Amino acid sequence: MLKNLRRAVGAIPFMRNPALASRSYSVSVKQMMVREALNSALDEEMSADPTVFLMGEEVGEYQGAYKAGFTGLGVGAAYYGLKPVIEFMTFNFAMQGVDHIINSAAKTNYMSSGNINVPIVFRGPNGPAAGVGAQHSQCYASWYGAIPGLKVVSPYSSEDARGLLKAAIRDPDPVVFLENELLYGESFPVSKQVLDSDFTIPIGKAKIEKEGNDVSIVSFSRMVGFSLKAAEILAKDGIDAEVINLRSIRPLDRSTVNASVRKTNRLVTVEEGFPQHGVGAEICASVVSDSFGYLDAPVERIAGADVPMPYAANLEIIALPQVDDIVRAAKRACYRSVPLSATR
Amino acid sequence: MAHWFGRSRTITHFLKTKIISSSYRSLAGDGSGKACGIFREKSAVIPAFRRSESARAGDLVEAVTYSDDDDDENQGLEFPGGRVTFTPQMKFIAESTDNRVPCYRVLDNNGCPIPGSTFDQVDKETAVKMYRKMVTLQIMDTIFYEAQRQGRLSFYLTSTGEEAINIATAAALTPDDILFTQYREPGILLWRGFTLEEFANQCFGTKDGHGKGRQMPIHYGSKEHNFFTVSSPIATQLPQAAGAAYSLKMANKEACVVAFTGDGGTSEGDFHAGLNFAAVMEAPVMFICRNNGWAISTPISDQFRSDGVVVKGQAYGIRSIRVDGNDTLAVYSAVRAAREMVITEQKPMLVEFLTYRVGHHSTSDDSTKYRSSNEIEQWKTGRSPISRFRKWVERNGWWSDEEETELRKDARKQVLNAIQVADKTEKPSLEDLFTDVYDSPPSNLVEQEKSLRETIKRHHQDFPSDVPI
Repeated sequence: MLKNLRRAVGAIPFMRNPALASRSYSVSVKQMMVREALNSALDEEMSADPTVFLMGEEVGEYQGAYKAGFTGLGVGAAYYGLKPVIEFMTFNFAMQGVDHIINSAAKTNYMSSGNINVPIVFRGPNGPAAGVGAQHSQCYASWYGAIPGLKVVSPYSSEDARGLLKAAIRDPDPVVFLENELLYGESFPVSKQVLDSDFTIPIGKAKIEKEGNDVSIVSFSRMVGFSLKAAEILAKDGIDAEVINLRSIRPLDRSTVNASVRKTNRLVTVEEGFPQHGVGAEICASVVSDSFGYLDAPVERIAGADVPMPYAANLEIIALPQVDDIVRAAKRACYRSVPLSATR
Repeated sequence: MAHWFGRSRTITHFLKTKIISSSYRSLAGDGSGKACGIFREKSAVIPAFRRSESARAGDLVEAVTYSDDDDDENQGLEFPGGRVTFTPQMKFIAESTDNRVPCYRVLDNNGCPIPGSTFDQVDKETAVKMYRKMVTLQIMDTIFYEAQRQGRLSFYLTSTGEEAINIATAAALTPDDILFTQYREPGILLWRGFTLEEFANQCFGTKDGHGKGRQMPIHYGSKEHNFFTVSSPIATQLPQAAGAAYSLKMANKEACVVAFTGDGGTSEGDFHAGLNFAAVMEAPVMFICRNNGWAISTPISDQFRSDGVVVKGQAYGIRSIRVDGNDTLAVYSAVRAAREMVITEQKPMLVEFLTYRVGHHSTSDDSTKYRSSNEIEQWKTGRSPISRFRKWVERNGWWSDEEETELRKDARKQVLNAIQVADKTEKPSLEDLFTDVYDSPPSNLVEQEKSLRETIKRHHQDFPSDVPI
């Protein structure tokens, strides 16, 4: 980071990731990896605006694990007019700087009565990866999603990654950008529109990935992919599921979710994080409060197991939602299988 | 062991240095210098070993430096981080020295300049302004504190005993320098033109206050005065200051960032992060530590075991100085000099002001529970920075008893007036509950405000009368 910062003194955008050497997003390419989507978005935003800069653990040239330090630093730089993008190796490590995210970034515009705005982005992998154990696998969507003053987004596809990251960088408020390590290498089709350097996705709007009529499956990040697979399996059994990709955790797109439930009358929420006080709990509350009369079945919430993430591969699989879990939950919501409580 | 020497040179070197140092002990016993000669590849010179006269078996022998110039990897080595010279003496750096780092002071207890002292001359106008502000700060603190005791304010904390640090630092800076304070530095705002009315409005949370009623008292902030809003968590402002200084450096301004903390704040992780980053990034930030002896109830002996805070500078590669914080002229000169260095050299500085927290930590504290009233009294009357500076100013013929009486009377009147007015001023209106959470109001808050206003219309008689709509 030292070298990068020195170069930055000349006001040159200073992160050049070697991966960008292969700029494959020319006109004819239709597939893009999430990793490329993120890097291209960062590169374009830094080129367009010299106040945007990157800082973080092992950014650019493998330097340093000083999270509390650079989180505070980033906030200070934002106070004075720069637009930092702070990268955490994972959001688990961000816990060491969480006071700065909450008390220095999120609350500052309000507490300074609008005098100090903090146009900062905190990004990095969130949630489980593969075999990294309890201290590297927690999902922070619901923690950050509770904080007024923060915006929290979580992309699934490359289109999401590009559009939301650009929107986050351009946003004058602090944004927590929750990625997923296992999605980095996944490829998604991208249209010409997505490749445009001004392409952004509005923060606070969900996307209906697959329309359906029988049950609404709401999730974010990697679980969207699992939900889509579950929808394919359900289709064979004659259940037409609607799959919603939240894209934003805060603000939560309550209107899209509620509109969907009013159509299908059944709801399944899916997340990798811990079940209590999770994102699904908030969605459930919103739907019960606004669309109670439309529900034909209790809301099914699928979440990670209520245990610190185990390391052993077999245990890790059963600690996390799998496609089968989503299928079973959808069937329960459609009364195609016996509710869990009835089996005790 | 002989067969090991067939390996690569680096291993041989390693072995040489390892074995040689350990064989000093064995050689002391048998007196033969021959063992060392075997290890040397290049030269036939056998280093001479002298034993001191009173050497006993097992004593370290004095070694002569090697005469082979090529082999200077034996003198020192370029490790990651730079070249270091070796020493065969196993020596620990002591945890403390007998003599502590001396403290820079200009005026003695009677306000007379100490012969031979170096300091910046202060003209009459500046000196009188500093003195007036110090007294005003003291009076403001006293009266606001009393107001809290009377139940008119929820909270307050004073800077009593630290008026010199507050005002002289402010006087030594320029209006372009950016402040990241802890919370015991309102004198800086006072110097920069924040009015007593503004202080009162913030403390009372009125509609005229800068905070729109969002902050508890003493959490002042002013964009206009380059004073970042005070934030309660301790020491978080230190890495923020380094970040802001970094921004400032990119903007190439002839100004610096000044960040304050207390002795307690130096025990926070953010102190380490802030100073270390500032040093590495060569950020133009002056870190000021008000070492006032107490972190709420924690005395210095429970805070750290180092020689105060000044010695911590060197640990980060930061130039530092220890100053008598109750000596107005010393504070003024030191801050001016440090500021000059920060800006021209574009690197951080650490200034430790030694002082004493005369007041309680805050209105939520009663410090007589953990320290003697004698100690407090001794500092309050015997070592007051205000009295000391007053003597100097008076001796110069720039101040008189009459002006003193008038100043105190006026200041008291103004502060009381400001409080009275603020106490009666309207509180912020309903909309200030919802604004500034984000840059533009989110839909859920817009909805909630609308719904609230409708409810108020329907049940007007139930809505509290002191909340303007």
